[in-house]
Amino acid sequence: MANFFDEMMSGDAGTVREHYREFDNWLKRQSPERIARKRAEADLAFRRVGITFAVYGDDAGTERLIPFDTIPRIIPAHEWGALEAGLVQRVKALNMFVHDIYHDQNIIKAGIIPAEQIYKNAQYRPEMQGINVASDIYAHIAGVDIVRAGAGEFYVLEDNLRVPSGVSYMLEDRKMMMRLFPELFAKHRVAPVEHYPDMLLENLRSVAPTGVNDPTVVVMTPGMYNSAYFEHAFLAQQMGVELVEGKDLFVSQNHVYMRTIRGPQRIDVIYRRIDDDFLDPLAFRSDSSLGVPGLLSVYRAGRVTLANAIGTGVADDKSIYPFVPDMIRFYLSEQPLLNNVPTWQCRKPEDLAYTLAHLSELVVKEVHGAGGYGMLIGPASSKQQIEDFRQRLIARPDGYIAQPTLALSACPTYVENGIAPRHIDLRPFVLSGKTISLVPGGLTRVALQEGSLVVNSSQGGGTKDTWILEE
Amino acid sequence: MLSRTADHLYWMARYTERAENTARMLDVAVQTSMLPQSPADAESGWRAMLSISELEEAFEAKYDVLDARNVLEFMISDPGNSSSIVSCIRGARENARAVRGVLTTEVWETNNATWLEMQRRVDKVALDGDPSEFFEWVKYRSHLSRGVTVGTMLTDEAMYFLRLGTFLERADNTARILDIKYHEAEQAAAGEVLNQRDFYYWAALLRSVSGFEIYRKVYRDAITPARVAELLMLRADMPRSLLACMEQVVANLKSVRNDVSVDTERMAGKIHAQLQFARIDDILEAGLDDTLSAFLENIYELGNRISRDFLVPLAA
Repeated sequence: MANFFDEMMSGDAGTVREHYREFDNWLKRQSPERIARKRAEADLAFRRVGITFAVYGDDAGTERLIPFDTIPRIIPAHEWGALEAGLVQRVKALNMFVHDIYHDQNIIKAGIIPAEQIYKNAQYRPEMQGINVASDIYAHIAGVDIVRAGAGEFYVLEDNLRVPSGVSYMLEDRKMMMRLFPELFAKHRVAPVEHYPDMLLENLRSVAPTGVNDPTVVVMTPGMYNSAYFEHAFLAQQMGVELVEGKDLFVSQNHVYMRTIRGPQRIDVIYRRIDDDFLDPLAFRSDSSLGVPGLLSVYRAGRVTLANAIGTGVADDKSIYPFVPDMIRFYLSEQPLLNNVPTWQCRKPEDLAYTLAHLSELVVKEVHGAGGYGMLIGPASSKQQIEDFRQRLIARPDGYIAQPTLALSACPTYVENGIAPRHIDLRPFVLSGKTISLVPGGLTRVALQEGSLVVNSSQGGGTKDTWILEE
Repeated sequence: MLSRTADHLYWMARYTERAENTARMLDVAVQTSMLPQSPADAESGWRAMLSISELEEAFEAKYDVLDARNVLEFMISDPGNSSSIVSCIRGARENARAVRGVLTTEVWETNNATWLEMQRRVDKVALDGDPSEFFEWVKYRSHLSRGVTVGTMLTDEAMYFLRLGTFLERADNTARILDIKYHEAEQAAAGEVLNQRDFYYWAALLRSVSGFEIYRKVYRDAITPARVAELLMLRADMPRSLLACMEQVVANLKSVRNDVSVDTERMAGKIHAQLQFARIDDILEAGLDDTLSAFLENIYELGNRISRDFLVPLAA
């Protein structure tokens, strides 16, 4: 694990990398008192603004701050350019894949993906079969998790195509850095990200049902006790649209309406931050009080757009992940620009055998897991933990995949005793509508525990501002 | 605007106003409890404090002894009492949080900061045993919340529903304050100049609605219960009077008028007109108590109608 890539320092005897040089000069001139004061100021501001997230399992309504680190993660323009091209390519292929799965299924017919991988997948929605969605776009908002390994090469770790969150932290972290250290932005040409809500709104409007000229867009939230409620409210406010809950909506005459103080108002595009299962109690989970009865039938009739579409989970599942490079070749006839992490699919006997023999070196993940729960990090686990996991793996091999333990890159971060490298990842947000676009940057998450590779905020991760330096 | 959004705004304002008025009432109770009085009088003073908010039963279910300490605890910090100051501030903040996207950043941050600061303040009250500073703080936070609302928010529907909540709640609270004090001092004939003890009662009441200086300015005369009642009910220029509150309720209702709200507007207009053209002598003759009770019932009904017309409409 010692051989990780340091984002700031190059391996040979502590030379500062070119794109961090200016920042390093500045940092050396700052007194520890000023930095401490600024960090306290940031903490106070985040709390007062209420940029918090709810932690499940604690007392209802408990709110925590996501720790914010004031050392930015800096990416030079040429590296970002390569990433951006790869992301656009990847998300384009993923959208084509979902469309194909719910229509002709050419990729199955071509023998590239086994049919049972689709039909046995809990995220596959037969209700979507043969349904046309606006512009054939399914994953309007994708949050693709990217890590950087030992030699500095990028890998895609996960494609989040359902309801990826975190973009509000990307925006708030930038606002905070500009407030705390305006002088840094005079010294660096940091590409702006503040236009994200405008891009998002434009993107959502562009996928309105056909024939709707001035669409009404809303953000749909499960409610204020959801862990990402702050973000839902934030995005609705930034876009200037209503933030609705299921109980604010109803279906009538094959349209969706919201209850307003002036009576019902028709809505055309729903940016929903609520899982498929809870969208419509008549179609999916009947115990859901978060959804709108009858929504699916309106959706199937093409009278309302859901972003993201129903059934995108079939493409971001860990069991489908190994096939993404093949999708790119199949749909686009291009070579993938971004690497996939080598993956052993434990459903295959030979891959299972390899995994069982190398548990102490591998990361084993549940196929349908998310949020850093239910995984084994071999090198960081005790013998007993590994043996326990072995039994679960043998009992249900098709529920798991295994990957080599990547030495995630590290970025200098404030810790208890000064500054030390901590492992990070990156989640850029890719918007798909008439075109595919993204703001330069994304959310950098940092694992604050020494040696930890788990960056999820639910597991004690923090965030950093992410700078793409223009040349 | 979503009905649910309007509902949250309306209740956010009501809770903020209720926290303030509860602090005002408790402050006055603490002040008057320092006057020389018999233990029985002291107890009846605290009992009045509870009955003003219709909380005697809830209190007795929880406490054996009716004294200052228990009443203050119940009304300041008891999370189980939905009318305690702590509950009101939490209610205001939770409603604000539900619609934070509709509020300006300043309005949200003001409410959130009040909530964050509240626990420390409440702990300090328990430590010092002196709630006066806390009451001042609650009042100022309420002033700040209202000021930042008027000072930063667009004058649109969001603002109208906030204002509706504020003035409906204030009308209710002022009527209750007046009602209870009238009971307490009923021995004193309404029109006569007060003896010393009664003077303190009425002076405290006036102070609780920031009306002491206003009274002096308006009447330039000795304090009589009749004039106090007139000031708090019928003076349009007294910002906490029933008439002033109803003027605002009528104006804001008009601004949010919809297809079904005509009867609600008519009702508000009638309540307003009754106050506008009333004479205090007639009210006293008919019985202040009955007038105030009828007013409170009307306000309650008006609140229900606003809910039905705008906030929680039946499925379309």
